[in-house]
Amino acid sequence: MRKTAADPKGVLEGAHFLDGDHAIAEGALAAGCRFFAGYPITPSTETAERFAERCPGVGGMFIQMEDEIASIAALVGGAWGGQKVMTVTSGPGLSLMMENLGLAVMTETPMVIADVQRAGPSTGLPTMPAQQDMMQIRWGSHGDYRIIALCPDSPQECFDLTVEAFNLSETYRVPVFIMADETVGHMHEKVVIPPAEDIEVVQRNWYEGPKKDYRPYQFTGKDVAPMVKAGDGYRFHLTGLTHDERGYPHLTVDQNEKVVTHLIEKIDSNADKIIQLDESEMEGAEVVVVSYGITSRIVSRAVQLAREAGIKTGSMRLITIWPFAEKRIEELSGKVKAIVVPEINYGQMVREVERSAAGRCRVVSVPHCGGAVHNPEVILDAIVEASK
Amino acid sequence: MSTTSQNISFREASPMADFLRMERMPHIWCPGCGIGTVVNSFAEAVNKSGIDMDKLAVISGIGCTGRVAGYVNFDSIHATHGRAIPVATGLKLANPDMKVVVVSGDGDLTGIGGNHFIHAARRNMDMMVICVNNFTYGMTGGQLTPTTPQTANASTTPYGNYEYPFSLPFLADACGATYVARWTSLHARNITKSIREALNHKGFSFIEVIAPCTTLYQRRNRLGDGLDALEYYKEDAGVEKDVDTRDVGIDFQGDIAMGRFVKQDKPTYEDAVNERYANVLGDDYQLYGMSKPEREEKAKRKAEERAKVQATMDDEEAQMMAEDMGVDEEGL
Repeated sequence: MRKTAADPKGVLEGAHFLDGDHAIAEGALAAGCRFFAGYPITPSTETAERFAERCPGVGGMFIQMEDEIASIAALVGGAWGGQKVMTVTSGPGLSLMMENLGLAVMTETPMVIADVQRAGPSTGLPTMPAQQDMMQIRWGSHGDYRIIALCPDSPQECFDLTVEAFNLSETYRVPVFIMADETVGHMHEKVVIPPAEDIEVVQRNWYEGPKKDYRPYQFTGKDVAPMVKAGDGYRFHLTGLTHDERGYPHLTVDQNEKVVTHLIEKIDSNADKIIQLDESEMEGAEVVVVSYGITSRIVSRAVQLAREAGIKTGSMRLITIWPFAEKRIEELSGKVKAIVVPEINYGQMVREVERSAAGRCRVVSVPHCGGAVHNPEVILDAIVEASK
Repeated sequence: MSTTSQNISFREASPMADFLRMERMPHIWCPGCGIGTVVNSFAEAVNKSGIDMDKLAVISGIGCTGRVAGYVNFDSIHATHGRAIPVATGLKLANPDMKVVVVSGDGDLTGIGGNHFIHAARRNMDMMVICVNNFTYGMTGGQLTPTTPQTANASTTPYGNYEYPFSLPFLADACGATYVARWTSLHARNITKSIREALNHKGFSFIEVIAPCTTLYQRRNRLGDGLDALEYYKEDAGVEKDVDTRDVGIDFQGDIAMGRFVKQDKPTYEDAVNERYANVLGDDYQLYGMSKPEREEKAKRKAEERAKVQATMDDEEAQMMAEDMGVDEEGL
């Protein structure tokens, strides 16, 4: 893994007043992304618009594809063409991407997909926030696999985590999701873009060695093979079929076990390195609120009120959604009375919390149908109830 | 002699050894299938064109023809069903020095992938698309495709097809393809020549090859074996010059109009991007992929190369005409 400073060409250094969608585009440019394929969908379109505007100045290529299926398919080609690549979408578009998410996972192709979530099902509430795609990104494409997902709660984090997403996707050769939502995507806040030399960027791990020895895959469950790009004479082959180290189809149960185990283990065995959490006042807490994204900002008010009411309340914000912080939750569950999980869906990540807590403490879901954020009072009530 | 050593000598001795991933032979295609002919013609075209094999990528979708990408010795991607064209689009735009070729079947390219096909043609994306059209989904067992002629029997139209089929040259032409040709798998030399022309063409080129699926389409419609299909092509396929692509539809076992129907120069997607940005942004804009002098120099060189190749092909064509070599004389 080669870390360098960012290419100054893509870094719009300075303090800006940006919304989350625009900050995602700036994060991508800072991370060295020079290929963007996308399709318009509310509330994510501004990211594509920003990239389209910025790309002629940075030597990038933007293409508006005919649909989201084509957008993510183009990323597979673009990545093996040698570029860092990204797309952006929201619920209905995300559903269309599930097919080629599988291809990207199977061919271990690095890419970043920003999902600015809106309320569903179906067309739902296109201009209003939700956190309803948390499980779709994890399970939506058929078969067993792992992805990485990060969840920003502010435009600043949209920038920071997009850079981080590219770094992770290059490190593990895996699609990485930015799980924003309509509110974070459309809220304007101060975003500070540091100078290029202060932005750490993971460069692609290019293969260097005899051409005939190149293998696009290694099924170690820990590391990933270095990559090559089209046109350099390696004559690589990729397929969505179960394949061997050369990338050739190898359709046996044994080989499938090797491949699938690797896809899972390369993330799971590195989970401790990947997972980022933001915790506050966990020491001696009776109740811990676990939240992510925009909901965390509502939670901070609810937690403040609960503490004022004398309830020892800790707060844990999941910056990394997938892989899930199951070890930390397991550890906490032995120490606290209850874990409260507000989220803008009818209970998705709360199931992961329940699974990890495994009955050692109460787990309380605070669901929301989508279209708005929680009222802090609702979360406060849940904390009070849980503390009894 | 053991089987192994026989295999080794076959692999080493094959005239296709440079072109194919010989370690993956034998292939999966049935006896009498037309896909192999297309692969042979493609190999020969690449050989004759003298282009750098490292700079050519082959991308396929799913199905029998979708397996082409796995057998040819190029940078290659066996993508998802119908998605070869967008994957190729991404690769081409991310790495503009590459030539990209999509080889796939009628169901893949014009059924599930139809939307991508029409938009790549509309954009005049610089790629070649070869469609092996056998009127059926072979890999899944002989179902109806968007090109199956009316009345033909497919496993999902067991009483005969009642749908209106696509005529692919018309579709490609209408959508903006700048090179459109059709041949049958009998006309291997014409396919080769067409592929050479298309390799030398800048923009979206589309070559349809009518080919037999002996195991399913032929058998289900009681049309005999592969040889019978070739007999049919010999009898009923003919070169049509200056024909309107609206008039080249194919009825069940009806006449097949062949030839190069469309060839025109038009800026490619990438050219259009650069032209637009340069017009609006002026000298501040650095042309995508390279600096302006580099690009102009390259464009000039490429144009000269293309003209040279075309001249050679014209000479060869004249020679072939003079030698009276069967179907090929009616060629391009």
